[in-house]
Amino acid sequence: MEYYLLIPFLPLAAFILNILLGKEVFREKAHWVSILAVVGSFIIAVATLFDVISGKTLNEDLYTWIVSGTFKASVGFLIDPLTAVMLIVVTTCSSLIQIYSIGYMHGDKGYYRFFAYMSLFTFCMLMLAMSNNFLQLYFGWEGVGLCSYFLIGYYFHKKSASDAGKKAFIVNRFGDFGFGLGVIIVFLTFGTLHYLPVFNNMTGIVGKTVHLLGFDVSLVTLIALLLFCGAVGKSAQIPLHVWLPDAMEGPTPVSALIHAATMVTAGVFLVARCSPIFNLSEVALIVVALTGAITALFAATIALVQKDIKRIIAYSTISQLGYMFLGCGVGAYAAGIFHLYTHAFFKALLFLCAGSVMHAMGGELNIQKMGGLKKYMPVTYLTFVLGSLSISGIPGFAGFFSKDEILWLAYSSPNPVGKFVWLLGTIAAFLTAFYSFRLIFLTFHGKFRGTHEQEHHLHESPKVMTIPLILLSIGAIAAGWVGIPHLLGGGAHFAEFLKSVLGHPEAHGTHNEEWMVMGISVIVGLSGIGLAAYMYLARTDIPVRLAKNFSSIYRTLFNKYYVDELYSFTIVRPTLWTAKNILIGFTDAKIIEGIVNGVPRLIGKFSGMLRKVQTGLVHHYATIIAAGAFFIIALAILLR
Amino acid sequence: MNFQFPDIGPVIPELIMTAIALIVLLADLLIKKKEVLALFSIAGIAAVAYTLIGSSGVTFGGMFISDGYSTFFKLIFFVNVILSVLISIKYIVIEKVNFGEYYALILFSTTGMMIMASAADLIVLYLGLELMALSTYVLAGFIRHDIKSNEAALKYFLLGAFSTAFLLYGISMIYGLTGTTNIKAIALYISEKGLTGNLSLLLSVILFTVAFGFKIAAAPFHMWAPDVYEGAPTSITAFMSVGPKAAGFAVLGRVFMVAFVSVKVDWVAILIPISILTMGVGNIVALSQTNIKRMLAYSSIAHAGYALLGIICANNEGLASMMNYLMIYAFMNIGAFAVITMLRSEGFRGEDITDYEGLAKTHPLSAALMLIFMFSLTGIPPTAGFIGKLYIFMSAINAGYTWLVVIAVIFSAISAYFYLRIVMYMYMKEPKEVVTLTKSPSTGIALGVAAVAVLVIGIFPSFLVDLARAAIKGF
Repeated sequence: MEYYLLIPFLPLAAFILNILLGKEVFREKAHWVSILAVVGSFIIAVATLFDVISGKTLNEDLYTWIVSGTFKASVGFLIDPLTAVMLIVVTTCSSLIQIYSIGYMHGDKGYYRFFAYMSLFTFCMLMLAMSNNFLQLYFGWEGVGLCSYFLIGYYFHKKSASDAGKKAFIVNRFGDFGFGLGVIIVFLTFGTLHYLPVFNNMTGIVGKTVHLLGFDVSLVTLIALLLFCGAVGKSAQIPLHVWLPDAMEGPTPVSALIHAATMVTAGVFLVARCSPIFNLSEVALIVVALTGAITALFAATIALVQKDIKRIIAYSTISQLGYMFLGCGVGAYAAGIFHLYTHAFFKALLFLCAGSVMHAMGGELNIQKMGGLKKYMPVTYLTFVLGSLSISGIPGFAGFFSKDEILWLAYSSPNPVGKFVWLLGTIAAFLTAFYSFRLIFLTFHGKFRGTHEQEHHLHESPKVMTIPLILLSIGAIAAGWVGIPHLLGGGAHFAEFLKSVLGHPEAHGTHNEEWMVMGISVIVGLSGIGLAAYMYLARTDIPVRLAKNFSSIYRTLFNKYYVDELYSFTIVRPTLWTAKNILIGFTDAKIIEGIVNGVPRLIGKFSGMLRKVQTGLVHHYATIIAAGAFFIIALAILLR
Repeated sequence: MNFQFPDIGPVIPELIMTAIALIVLLADLLIKKKEVLALFSIAGIAAVAYTLIGSSGVTFGGMFISDGYSTFFKLIFFVNVILSVLISIKYIVIEKVNFGEYYALILFSTTGMMIMASAADLIVLYLGLELMALSTYVLAGFIRHDIKSNEAALKYFLLGAFSTAFLLYGISMIYGLTGTTNIKAIALYISEKGLTGNLSLLLSVILFTVAFGFKIAAAPFHMWAPDVYEGAPTSITAFMSVGPKAAGFAVLGRVFMVAFVSVKVDWVAILIPISILTMGVGNIVALSQTNIKRMLAYSSIAHAGYALLGIICANNEGLASMMNYLMIYAFMNIGAFAVITMLRSEGFRGEDITDYEGLAKTHPLSAALMLIFMFSLTGIPPTAGFIGKLYIFMSAINAGYTWLVVIAVIFSAISAYFYLRIVMYMYMKEPKEVVTLTKSPSTGIALGVAAVAVLVIGIFPSFLVDLARAAIKGF
């Protein structure tokens, strides 16, 4: 299985080639380098998947960078079923999205730069997924964050884009601070950062507590929650979700790859990878489940009233990530990863469709100014509908199987909040179906509401863009078929495959209950679509009246519960105030500048003295050497 | 008296090196193209490096030793001399001093260093040191028509002679005390006779400290370095900033760790303030320099201060880190000097820091290489400089000198200012005038080798680290 090394290093090589030679040599052919590399990775990933299915796993260090006492920083790879799933998700999405980008980014000034960063991102994401230790995980984690920053701010001349990049980076700092602390505590506790010894010795620290701020906190819970902090930031869960909608300032393929299919799911992957830790802490699991469920519902309500096509999908992403955490929180890690896997296909599809629409509309994002696009762009329309059916959980589509599995395992879970999170998840499922089809009806049905010029330009996207859409829509339909539950006569192969890594959740429920849960999800999905059709096709006056009659609710939702304003008021502005008045006005001006200006003045004087010493005259130098010698001798004799 | 021919096995590398130097000297009379001499020297050094493999052993009645420790240092000298020769080829043409004895002198100097590293007797040590120093004095003044170069040579010579007096004084005192100049025998005598509290012994330790401190340019015996480094031909500055310094560390390590091992406590107490002073003077005075050669002179003083931490540990781990550090320092420092020699062109000195303004716009590749070397000198991962500092700081912490490491790290942070200022000038300022670079294949090779080494050691350090550890085994 040595060839697996090529999986991350092909994209790395593509990055190096593109960043060095892209501008001068490859130019408008820069995509070839990146795409060949990632398709190569994809092929090897498929081969690796078959190896893993045949029962092979691998856990070895490639090389050790630094050894210091017990601390060992090494590059190592762990290939197991969980990794194999991630590899398939990352390389498939990355390949298709980069092919799509040939059309989408065509003629852009920084063409080579775009593909170089996409390759670098793919490399970091693969390193993250394939790591066998926390340090390399952290490396990949920060690496994808850095690439995300580069690519959100890709149109850096636009202020909103560079601001969004900074926001993403800064918000993630909050989560990563906790994550970093978690990794440090793991090292302090176990003396190693490799997964295997850490997980094996985990049971040994159950019951240990640490004294923290006057409370005795269980060590396991502390580690689990600190690691979860990182996941909350990266996967945009409440309360750190604010960066993801703004991240839509990046090019749409970036939104599809990084901010939907792969990077944002790293948090879910982290929780699943660390399931041996989370399993030992009921508190941590409850926190994970509640965070996920509340985020799922909360983000879905915001998506109901947004007008920006990409932001609606972004909130939908946050909401779906919430589902994944919900699943992990009730111990159904495999179901969470299953949803991660199906979500990657339908969400990448939805984003790329949105990109296709924007392409036709000349960059327009407001769905109020669209409408009736169905006849102009049939392929985009059809694939968009397929993706939306999948996310709405319509039976037969990928999203149905994964979402239903999460909801059923939540309902039947022994976790004390299991039924509660199931309820929240089911409500969110209704809203999901509603806002997804609201988007479709407003965009593709009815009359065109944009300008004449826009209408004149409407066209279907080129093949290089539509073919990835078609391929992804196949995924959005069929990806779930590997996990058809036993209840429907399937083999639940997906969960079985991951069982050796993620275990099997406890489920306490009868077949009838399982039918009931499934029935409810189907009903809420269908009724969500139905209600959207009623409100946006038949009675288009209802939304307007609702917005007017419940204006306070509408405004709260439209302004995303004022979370940004809240942060601005409680964190950003006080920080800026402190920065301006205390840090700049006092600390900087008085203390630091005092030191900065004072030290050079001192050094200047000192320098002046030394310059006097450094006369350039040899006998002075000789005198100093002799004086130094005598001084040392005197000191040595005196101190004897 | 019965004369027995000594076993020359251990000394073969030095013999060949001398032979090559002599051949170069003679061939200079016949060969017009001096580049040929340079290439011949490099090929010769490669051959010498090959003979190192089987050369271990003790000979000349225990006066000369070839062991892992000396071999590792000889590798540093070879890296130093090969890279220096490569950057010299074009440079001495520009300076109009393209003479063959330049290469012969460099080889003689390197032979001196090799003898120092292998010296098991203080007399041999003195012999090697003088051979190295005398050759370097001439090299420093090699640009005969340049008054600064002449001044550098004379200063270096006078002060070097002065410091040698300290060394001889120290050797004579030790001889008077122990009746031997053999390093191992001295150690044996001191421990057997219980001389650890002896005042003359302490005095001679201090005299050795002064003499070696001069060679490694440790404060307060560093005063010559800035003037000499600035005045000497740039290629020789590169050569001197690594070679003689490493040789100084080699003898410092061997004499102090073998001969004076029983008075560890005393010399550690002397070296600690010297290392702090060295790091302080080097880093702080470098801040206010405007000439890049002078700045790197102070930087080289500062690096001697870091490397001293390895000696202060007074154990094998510390010595291994010190050796590791010097090897890394050879690559990154000569790499930086290679870029400096490229800026020198007909009628343009290119030694002022402001000459680097906007280099990234006009010569992006050279600027990127300089950036790598500056990062490495600062100690930023993933460059080799980081690894060097990491291991040296780690051994100091393990030896119980955490507070000293804190000081070293603070000075290291200060050093970022003057190294990164070069980077800032290159990348964030507009070019004020078009700087033409003197490019040549040999300089290109030297730059490439140095840059690749700095990055590869930074990313895959274990090879070098293990090598240094293996070399120190059985020391």
